[in-house]
Amino acid sequence: MQIQLLLFGIVADLIGKNSLSYDLPEKTTVSKFKEALTETYPQLQSYNSYAVAVNEAYANDTLVLNNNDILAIIPPVSGG
Amino acid sequence: MNNSNISIKLTAQKLSLQQCYDFVEDPTCGGIDVFVGTVRNHTKGKTVKLLDFSAYPPMAIKEMKLIAELALKKFKVHKIAIHHAEGPLQIGDIPVIIAVSAAHRNAAFDACQFAIDTLKETVPIWKKEHFEDGEVWVNAHP
Repeated sequence: MQIQLLLFGIVADLIGKNSLSYDLPEKTTVSKFKEALTETYPQLQSYNSYAVAVNEAYANDTLVLNNNDILAIIPPVSGG
Repeated sequence: MNNSNISIKLTAQKLSLQQCYDFVEDPTCGGIDVFVGTVRNHTKGKTVKLLDFSAYPPMAIKEMKLIAELALKKFKVHKIAIHHAEGPLQIGDIPVIIAVSAAHRNAAFDACQFAIDTLKETVPIWKKEHFEDGEVWVNAHP
């Protein structure tokens, strides 16, 4: 299956993109997705203090992903 | 939840203090508490030239709405406005305004503090500080 991935802040800088499509096995959890992403982009190894949003809401590590989900990497926020 | 008591905005335009005030102002209320964030000219001893705010807009708006709904539920307040700016802001510019009206002042103070504190923890907005000699994402390495 394929998901859309949005990147923000320092993670967008580390990966060098704002968005990309990403292939994953069916029924991948958020936690497995994070492991896969770090394998694809080893520059994230030293940077794992980010949250993941799925379809515009914060998701925990056990959430199971679906085809065409929109994921976002949310580094520590600094609005206000 | 009655959303006519909530005003949420994420905009590249200049924020309006008057607009927030006018939204929350109500004859049933005895007070309005307003928090205004301003761009500071220094951080940790370094001179800041400007701050550049970027956001994940649809989620930022959802999270700001959640905060407003929670504030109306938790505190005895009548109306709340949460407005945030995007894009480059100069020293003294206003990145965020929170206005809350209530029958009594304590609830307005508490709700306003809750809203700004939670916004800084959950709303997907990021600022990049630009200095004379470079730039850095704030909070990127906590």
